[in-house]
Amino acid sequence: MRTISASAIRDAVAQLCIRANRTLPPDVAQALSAAAAAEPWPTARRSLQLLQENLALADERQIPICQDTGLACVFLELGQDVHIDGALEEAVNSGIRAGYLDGYLRCSVVADPLRRVNTGDNTPGVLTVHLVPGDVCRLTVLPKGFGSENMSRLQMLTPAQGVEGVRQFVLDTVRAAGPNPCPPIVLGVGIGGTFDKVAALAKHALLRPLNEPNPDPWYAALERQWLEEINALGIGPQGFGGKTTALGLAIETAPTHVAGLPVAVNISCHVTRRASVEL
Amino acid sequence: MEYHLTTPVTREDLAALRAGDAVLLSGTVYTARDAAHARLCAALDAGEAPPFPLEGSAIYYVGPTPARDGEVIGSAGPTTSGRMDSFSPRLLKLGQLLMIGKGRRSAAVKEAIVRCGGAYLGAVGGAGALMAAGIKESELVCWEDLGCEAVRALRVENLPLTVIIDPQGNDLYDLGPEAYLASLK
Repeated sequence: MRTISASAIRDAVAQLCIRANRTLPPDVAQALSAAAAAEPWPTARRSLQLLQENLALADERQIPICQDTGLACVFLELGQDVHIDGALEEAVNSGIRAGYLDGYLRCSVVADPLRRVNTGDNTPGVLTVHLVPGDVCRLTVLPKGFGSENMSRLQMLTPAQGVEGVRQFVLDTVRAAGPNPCPPIVLGVGIGGTFDKVAALAKHALLRPLNEPNPDPWYAALERQWLEEINALGIGPQGFGGKTTALGLAIETAPTHVAGLPVAVNISCHVTRRASVEL
Repeated sequence: MEYHLTTPVTREDLAALRAGDAVLLSGTVYTARDAAHARLCAALDAGEAPPFPLEGSAIYYVGPTPARDGEVIGSAGPTTSGRMDSFSPRLLKLGQLLMIGKGRRSAAVKEAIVRCGGAYLGAVGGAGALMAAGIKESELVCWEDLGCEAVRALRVENLPLTVIIDPQGNDLYDLGPEAYLASLK
């Protein structure tokens, strides 16, 4: 049995919140520069250059890439042989509080969805724990901006609608989102499971590096094909027109009921931030 | 085309703008998001004066990150403008001429823009560090309890913007993608 203290988790979460908001993960930064090099439309190329200038400025001034520093989605991959000494959820929220206040990040969380008073420290975050065999303890923070979160959608399709129904739903979601989610976007697509499970799959898909295709070649081909079709819609960076509408698309699936075909599309922006650490 | 504009603006200043033009904006812009718009309209309902002069004004839909000591502002890119759609026609009628944000506007906002000769300008979405570089001073105007959503007066110099909806009602979110797709044929 390995023991990890709650304070180590708190400190790691605080650092990850700050790091994620100031520096893009290498796969997203690379996808952005590759897109700029391959963009044929001059205004779109200019927009992509501005986004790269923005990354450099954020790095130079050590300020957030985007002012919407998001709702902190925290993922913990936890080996079942690990004992956490202290209260886990409290440690995570205390890490978020420290990271957002010390890192000059924006506090965007309201305590109640209808009465809407800001909690003032960006807590609570959304914690997802995946229990796995062994003694690993891997933390990931995905600060999720709501310009793109608001354009995400979920639908319970019928099995007869099949792969074509899912494809249509993905394309319709991107078309309806248009310029709002800050394209070029990143898409997490969940297929299967239940009503709640499919949304979790879509969010989890956003954690996969953009240069890593689905391990199942059949789904990897769908990812490539749908991404290509999205980039033929013409929305472009900032929605001002162009080839680069999306930087990546990841599909995650789960077994489902004979009567159902749940699908969820979680949209993320060109500032798809995530930072991880293993304790 | 590229235009230099300074606030407060007049209808005449904006008449030549067309969707897709670049604007470098200087002067004072006021920040307001959903919560501040709701309070502003509630104040107007109560017969109170608006907390800043609306005539010829520019409102920037932004909730910046906190500034470090000695700095003017943190990151300050635009939020999604559509959430202000239910408030904007009223403010345009009362003299506001420029809206700065990102994302689509409703048909009602577009009609109000055409009626008042105003414009909807786009700041680069998600580019908070870049937009902050054009902001030289920031001063609280009111509603500090709203935190990042409080109303601030920002003095800006050559804030780099793009005309999304022009005074004729042309919309870059339609015209831009159409022009790109036409270029492929």
